[in-house]
Amino acid sequence: MGRIEKAFASAKKPAFIGFTVAGDPDKTTCIRIARALIAGGTDILELGVPFSDPVADGQTIQKADERALAAGTTPDTVFEIVTEIRKESDVPIVFLTYYNIVYRRGIERFYREAKDAGVDGILIADLPVEESEEVCEVAALCGIDPVFLITQTTSDERIKKIAEKARGFLYLVAVLGVTGVRDQVSDGAIDLLNRVRKHTGLPLALGFGISTPAHARTCTRAGAEGVIVGSAIVEIVEKNLGKPVSMERDLRTYVSQMKKDL
Amino acid sequence: MTTQGRYGKYGGQYVSETLMSALIELEDAYSRVYKDPQFTRNLTDLYTEYAGRETPLTFCPNASRELGCKIYLKREDLVHGGSHKLNNTLGQALLAKQMGKKRLIAETGAGQHGVATAIVGAALGIPVEVYMGEVDTRRQALNVFRMELMGAKVIPVKSGTRTLKDAINEALRDWVANVRNTYYLIGSVVGPHPYPLMVRDFQSVIGREAKAQVMKKEGRLPDAVVACVGGGSNAIGIFHPFLADDVELIGVEAGGEGIETGKHSATLCTGDTGVLHGTLSYLLQDEHGQVLPTHSISAGLDYPGVGPEHAMLRDKHRVTYTAVNDPEVLDAFRFLSKTEGIIPALESAHAVAYVMQNAERFDKDDIVIINLSGRGDKDVAEVAGMIEKC
Repeated sequence: MGRIEKAFASAKKPAFIGFTVAGDPDKTTCIRIARALIAGGTDILELGVPFSDPVADGQTIQKADERALAAGTTPDTVFEIVTEIRKESDVPIVFLTYYNIVYRRGIERFYREAKDAGVDGILIADLPVEESEEVCEVAALCGIDPVFLITQTTSDERIKKIAEKARGFLYLVAVLGVTGVRDQVSDGAIDLLNRVRKHTGLPLALGFGISTPAHARTCTRAGAEGVIVGSAIVEIVEKNLGKPVSMERDLRTYVSQMKKDL
Repeated sequence: MTTQGRYGKYGGQYVSETLMSALIELEDAYSRVYKDPQFTRNLTDLYTEYAGRETPLTFCPNASRELGCKIYLKREDLVHGGSHKLNNTLGQALLAKQMGKKRLIAETGAGQHGVATAIVGAALGIPVEVYMGEVDTRRQALNVFRMELMGAKVIPVKSGTRTLKDAINEALRDWVANVRNTYYLIGSVVGPHPYPLMVRDFQSVIGREAKAQVMKKEGRLPDAVVACVGGGSNAIGIFHPFLADDVELIGVEAGGEGIETGKHSATLCTGDTGVLHGTLSYLLQDEHGQVLPTHSISAGLDYPGVGPEHAMLRDKHRVTYTAVNDPEVLDAFRFLSKTEGIIPALESAHAVAYVMQNAERFDKDDIVIINLSGRGDKDVAEVAGMIEKC
């Protein structure tokens, strides 16, 4: 059983999945951010591998990608960050990236290096299931879970196709739109959760636009096995740039508050 | 998807999950109208009565004398709006209307595609919003005014490099958020399938006309057809009907300040394969897959990617892709203005510059067709400023 599956199977409560951009604002600070997220109780750590043109992301994460790239972050840096985290934690780690980063390095090389560093799952935001055959084969060979997005516009037929290919968990997109903090969780998100549930036994996690304990509660009461928080975490990082001590404190506090109410 | 939407290994649909349903809907709608004679009639009618097609294939006696071969210009500069872009926007807007979409969004670089979208929005009664890099809104202020005059809303894009690439990023983000009622009207043969196919089909009217016209005037096919390549829509439009013929096809990219300086947009000349904006093609990128900033004297060619069909034609050596630099383009801009009284768009001046640079390759009786994809009025202020600086 992989780390992701184990995390969901053994959890008594829904999982808190925390996202940060690898290398934001630099390698050393990013490792401290990851530590703080884990110390606050993050069940699964999601790391964005930065890309120059992150079309699925809103402003907050775009800016974080730009900071990471300006600091010289490359896939090598990202693998080094994972290696460092793995020295002290067994928390499942999932990459979220864009296809050109993987394609450029070579799919096999990227997945093998990711596995060696200790990555458990990879989600490629611009790789729909129809284009994913080669990636899924390589992922299976390397023992990495291919994680996929399902959105409110995904048809039942395609949900079935995606659920067959996906491993670990399914990432349900709670909004029509890009990543970023929103006021509330839409009814559409809950409808989506119920619709996907009919087709799969995989754990379902809701993300995009989730930032408060109330949002998280809405999701988990509707039956989500996990919530994913990205932009709200990155906003804390952004607000505390140059102040690593308060950054770590704020991140720990935020995650533990979110966790308490799950 | 196996063969659908692929040009050799290039093309495909590399988009966020949210957009897949929209692309499937679009493929379906397009495959229906493609075979619908009524749609074709409506479009042909708009081409003739509204856009001013067919456009002339103008013989240029003075330029021919100077360059030592028979120069013909395919006059897309005379299409309503001032460039070939309307061929595509009319087609896609008709399709959007048929699909019941209530809003058009578009990206624009030089502003020509934005203007062409604003035109169809006004003509067909569909609200239009155009994303334009902040840098380009300044370079092409006149086109911003034209778009607004025709009722379009222009949204300056302040992220990334603030040029065409980032305008496409923002348009894609908008589309993801408003996918149910919004039609994304892409302006070139880029983006996910079916865009490269649709845009090529709509632009192929250029090559079909040119082929019939040259046969009528000269009784034979041309020796060479030359077009500039940014995303590649005017080039594929004129090349496509000649692909099976014994005609040399030359695509001219923006060499900017020179390939060796790194400040250029010559994707097919220097790029490697990669994925941007939903398609696998050639791409200007660094060793880690980050997309590189580009440069060109012409905003319309300032794009790090290129249409996937061009990528295939490059690999098959069916089309020769080359590049000319900014100073040569300025020379060509002045040359055509002076010799023929035709001010070319800086984009199209790249094709003219190639023929000037390679005039010795052609014999006196060789027929060379240059696709004059747009008129240069939009560029005169910018060029005046550059000439002053020289």
